[in-house]
Formats: sequence, C-alpha cells, structure tokens
Amino acid sequence: MRINGAQALIKSLEMEGVDTVFGYPGGAILPVYDPVIDSDIRHVLARHEQGAGHMAEGYAHATGRPGVCMVTSGPAATNVVTPLADAMLDSIPLVCITGQVGLAAIGTDAFQEVDTTGITRSITKHNFLVTRAEDIPRIVKEAFFIATTGRPGPVLIDVPKNITDANNPDAWFEWYWPETVDLPGYDPDDTVDNELVAEAVALMLAAERPVLYVGGGVLKARGADILRQLVELTDIPVVTTLMARGAFPDSHELNLGMPGMHGNYTAITAIQESDLLIAMGSRFDDRVTGKVDAFAPFAKIIHVDIDPAEHGKVRRPDVAIVGDARLAMEEMVAQINAAGGASALANHDAWRSTLSGWQENYPLTYQASEPGELLKPQFVLEKLRDGSPADTIVASGVGQHQMFTSQYWKFDHPYTWINSGGLGTMGFSIPAAIGAKAAFPDRTVWAVDGDGCFQMTAQELVTATVSKIPVKIALLNNAYLGMVRQWQEMFYDNRYSEVYLSHDMPDYVKWAESMGCVAFRVEDPSEVEEVIAKANAINDRPVVVEFRCVENENVFPMVTAGGSNDDVLVDPSQADALERDRATRVVPTPNAALATEVAR
Amino acid sequence: MTRPGDLRHRTLAVLVEDKAGVLARVADLFARRGYNIVSLAVAPTGNDKFSRITIVVDVESAPLEQIVKQLFKLINVVEILELAPEAAVERELIMVTVDTSSPDDDGGRSRRSEVMELVDIFKGRILGVGTDALIVSLEGTPEKIDDFEELISDFGILEIQRSGRIALTKLGVDAPRLRA
Repeated sequence: MRINGAQALIKSLEMEGVDTVFGYPGGAILPVYDPVIDSDIRHVLARHEQGAGHMAEGYAHATGRPGVCMVTSGPAATNVVTPLADAMLDSIPLVCITGQVGLAAIGTDAFQEVDTTGITRSITKHNFLVTRAEDIPRIVKEAFFIATTGRPGPVLIDVPKNITDANNPDAWFEWYWPETVDLPGYDPDDTVDNELVAEAVALMLAAERPVLYVGGGVLKARGADILRQLVELTDIPVVTTLMARGAFPDSHELNLGMPGMHGNYTAITAIQESDLLIAMGSRFDDRVTGKVDAFAPFAKIIHVDIDPAEHGKVRRPDVAIVGDARLAMEEMVAQINAAGGASALANHDAWRSTLSGWQENYPLTYQASEPGELLKPQFVLEKLRDGSPADTIVASGVGQHQMFTSQYWKFDHPYTWINSGGLGTMGFSIPAAIGAKAAFPDRTVWAVDGDGCFQMTAQELVTATVSKIPVKIALLNNAYLGMVRQWQEMFYDNRYSEVYLSHDMPDYVKWAESMGCVAFRVEDPSEVEEVIAKANAINDRPVVVEFRCVENENVFPMVTAGGSNDDVLVDPSQADALERDRATRVVPTPNAALATEVAR
Repeated sequence: MTRPGDLRHRTLAVLVEDKAGVLARVADLFARRGYNIVSLAVAPTGNDKFSRITIVVDVESAPLEQIVKQLFKLINVVEILELAPEAAVERELIMVTVDTSSPDDDGGRSRRSEVMELVDIFKGRILGVGTDALIVSLEGTPEKIDDFEELISDFGILEIQRSGRIALTKLGVDAPRLRA
C-alpha cells in the first residue's frame, strides 16, 4: 500500500492506539490535517496551542496513557514549549507533533520557522526532526516507546511539510509498521535488584520511626495497590507529595498527608524526626526538603527511583534501588512476609503515639468567615469536596488555590488529582481538566482555579463548550495573585507590588456565559452548598462557579523558601502552642540497630 | 588556569549514535546543568552508526557520577567508558604561531633558532616559516603539551590552537564501563 507522510503519521497514531488528539492546525501541519478527517481518532480543537498541550497532559495524568498534541511550526511550536516543560518536570508521557517548514527551507529563516528541536531539547525526554517520509512509522513508534517507558516524559516529533505533502512524489512510500524499536542507547530496565531490596528491608524491619515518602513515581508505576499492601503489612506511616496525592487514601489512618512548603505539620515533622525515610518514586524536590542540610537529619535513606540520576542528586541514599516502584514494593512485601511478616518489625507504638499527638494538636485549620465577610477558600473546598462524587477528578492551577485544594480535598483514589507540580504553570487547570474529561466523559471533573490563572487560559472553555466536554470550574476569586501577595506580605513588609487584579474586572460570569458555560456567582457562605449541588447536576455544558473569596487569606502551614522544615510556620491560632511544644521537645535518640545495618 | 592534566579532570569516552544534533544534545546537557567541559573531541568510529565523543570534564563543577547519569539519560548515548590516565593512551595536538621577531639574548637578529631548538627537544615539527614568526606543532600526552605550551609562551604567542584530548584504552586493560 503506497501512502504519503501525512497519512502515515495519522495511521501510525492509530497503530499506537491513540483515540484523542488535542491540536490546532496551521501552515506547516496542513497536510497532516487532511487525513484527520478520515480517521477514527477524535481531534479536539483547542483555542491556543498551550491549551492543546495541557489538555494532552490532563489526558495522560488521568489515564496513564500518553497524551498527544499536534500543532504547526513557529509560533505554535513555541506555544507548546510550556506544556512540554511542564510534562518534563512532572514526568508526564506526552507525544507532541509539530509541523516544520520544508526541508529545503530549514535554516533560511523561512516564514513560521523556528529551530523547534533546538528550542525543546532540554525540555523533552527526546525529540526528532524527521527527514524522510518513510521514517515516520519508525519514529512514531520510537517516540511512544520513549515517552511511556522508564521515567515517562514528553517526546516531540518535528515534521517538515514537504514530506507530508501529497503532491511531492518523495512523500510517498510503501506502508510498513515496525514490530520492534532499534534504540541502542535506550534500554529501560524497570526490574529491581533483590539483594538491594533485602538491604532496604533489613532497615525497614529495624526502624523505629520510619516514614514512607511517596512521590509521583508510585502513580506512574501504577503502584497504589501494592503501596497499600506494604503499608498495611508494616504499619509504616505515609506522606504523599503534591505529585502523589491519591496514591494512598487520605482517609487511611496511616496517611499523614502532604509534606513540603505547604504540607501539614505532622507530615513535615514526621520526616524531620524519622529514623528511616523510604523515598518511593520521589525526588527530594526543594519544595519538599526545604533547606537540604536540615532535611530529615536523623534519617537513613532508602531511595527507590526508576531514574538513577535522582539517586544522590540532592541527598545521598543509604540504599539506592533503581527500578519501578511497583516492582520494588512487590519485592519488599514478599521479603517482609518471608521474614515473618508484621511480627518481624520493630515496635512503632511510641512513634504512632507521637504522630497522633501532632495530628491532634496541629491539624489543618482556618478561621471561618465573619458575618458579612466574603468566602474562605478552605470552606469552599470543603463544601466542594463533600458535595461532589467520590471519583471526581480535580485539576488545579498554581498558587494558593492549588495548595488549599491539595490540603482540603480528600484524595481516596489514584489518578483523581491533576496539577502542575514541578513547573508551577499558571493556567494549567482548565485545559488539563478538559483533557481528563475527554478521557472520562462519565466522570465529574472539577478544575479549581484562581482568578489569575483563569485569565491565562479561560478561552479553552470555548473548546469545552464546542467540543461538548462539560468540565466544571470552581473559580476562587480573591482579587489578587494570592500566593505572590502572601509572600509580599510576609517577606516584603506588606509592600504589594503588581498583585492586585480586582474582584469584578473582568466580569467572570458574563465572560463564562459568553463562552457557552452556565455561570454562578457566590458571595455568601450560606449559598455555597446549594450552588455546588446545582453545578454538579449540570452535565450538558461547562459550568463556572465564581466564588468571591476574601482578599487576604494566607496558606498555612508554611516552610519559607530555603528555610528548614524544623521551622515550619503553623496557622497563627496554633503558633503559641507549638512554641511551647518546641521548647520542651526532646531530640530523637539515634537508632543503633539502623547504624549497624547500614554499616553491614 | 586549569589544564587538561589536572586531577580534577576526568576523561570520558562517550559512544553515541551518529545522528544529527547529537553533539548539541551533549553540549546542551553540560550547559543546562552547569557542568564544565575542559576539552571535547568528536570522531567517527569503525562503525558508521556510532561516533565517539572524548570529553574531559571538570568534576569540581559536579560529581562525575551525576554527570555520567545525566549523560546516560540522553537517548543517543550508548556507552560511556572512563579513561583513567593509567588505563589509557592519551594524545593531544597543539599548533602555535610563535613570534620570533625580538632579538635573542646573544644579540642575534631573531629568536627563530631558540624556538626551533625547543621544538626539536620536544620532537615537534615546524609547519611554516616567516620572517617574524614560525608555525610549530606538537603531538603528545596532555602533560607534555602543557609543558611545551608553558615554555613556548615565553617567546610570545600570536595564535594557539589545541585539539582537545583523544584517548584509547591501553592494550590489555579493561576500562571501566560506567553504568547509569
């Protein structure tokens, strides 16, 4: 069968099982959009290429399958740079196809020409510039293989127009589909070394104050079930990072919550006082460690990561296990069972009692709105959480609302939380929610957004309306770039510089309605529940609920940037108690058994 | 000034797929992560699918382990050998245009003969002769090249070019194949 490059590209996507492509056509990718008409693949037309990229990310977050986006050359390619970088930092499997000017024009500063592979080199796991039409099936196969294996990530394929142009005889070739990939420099091995696991297990059995520090790698490895088995077998408490919310049920008594800059007190302090920290698919991000030299000072470290470059990048592990987190945990469970199961573990009673004391004394808290005051974002999130179905998928933008959502939502299922952790991309939530809803049309998908974020990508609600992808947006409108305002309050002496946005400019309800959404505005706490119920009952159109929030709410707890986790600031209402508590706190005694194990 | 012979410098032989842009990928990685390259040389291998990049890295800018692990994350990097000085034969080429115009210490018209004497001692070659300058070249170990450069610089260097280090494993020695 003779086929041209454009047909081959779409057919290759079909061979990879792609059901949805998020994209935006244009000059250099024009030939590829012709066979899109005849394909069973659903194409979702975004309103901005950045939106297409984040939609593909949201799709990948929710499904675990690679998201696919397709855009043209030049400005379209530069518009997908942000989603590519976002996917790189959060290890999201993504395949991005960009059009490129014809091969003969490359390097001539042709119309809409940029050096796409050059620009994206450091923000993709790999990228390709295709030079022959007949290479397309092979390169597409390699791109999906690279994007989805090992540590997942974004792969870009830059396709010059001449090799997809049906009028060019050189764009035609005999169709084939490669059975295997030939990548001599890439051989991802997810298996773990059982002897290293045995070393880790010896530490786990001896530890008296262990903590499992669970990161996004556990979700990438589809490891939530085995994590739960491991935790229930060992009674080791868990902290779930921003990227791992949902990997372990928040309702489980051994889940201490999120660590890090805006984590909760118990999760942060448990790490600090632990004698053994088991980092499972987590990478010691600066937002988790705070000041690295002061991070978990008493802890031996077990670090399981599929990317060996993460071992020792920030903190030198005592046991470094390269491999898939799920396989590592399966082997841990097997070895612990072989060693006698729960009875082989050191006693954690004192540790558990310390932890529950902290949980009791320093829970997440906020002060309810005074009469006449606007809404508290935490209150809105509690109501939204309690008023939405249990399997609701929640996406968020970046800022205070993101931290409040992570803190106040109860994540009891994996793959229900979609956010931009590493890059911190404002405007992420609306397109990401659309991508997730495109994958799961029968599930409720809420995007929790801030007013700053909303103004960056709101136009994708047109996509949601036109493409019948009815997401719901909870817009926490506090009239400010709230997180920046908080930092200016705390670290710049209340000097507010360029952070005020206003509650009513733009008029969010009118704007949402103009994009085909049902829109509500809520200002009084007594109306919140009812409006959420109304929003959840609408399934045929996108919904935007503007929650008018107070302007000056701060996110607590907080570890200041570069500060030590030991100096975490709690809610002002708990500060005095914590100060008294710290004055009498005893430095943890070292666990001699652990030192012996490490020496061995 | 640091020299390729310094102890903080380590030599890696990086086998890469011979594909467009592969050198840029390696260079980008070093730039992006703040690793210093002391010298770099690229050449084909016996197999036309692969090239070898001989790269001398400054392990004070980052630990060698981290540099190697990051290099392995590049899809086109196939194999990395560490060529330790005791396990490798190393060579570098230097070419220098030397100013010979000033009078020599014995009152002669130029310093050409002194330069030629030095080149002869090091078993280098004269590549070009002009009235006021000589172009000379020398091939040798990086340490020898360092010594030569230091001595020749007394005469006044008009132009200088060093090739960067290339290396092969010594016969009968297994260079450690580094793992990610």
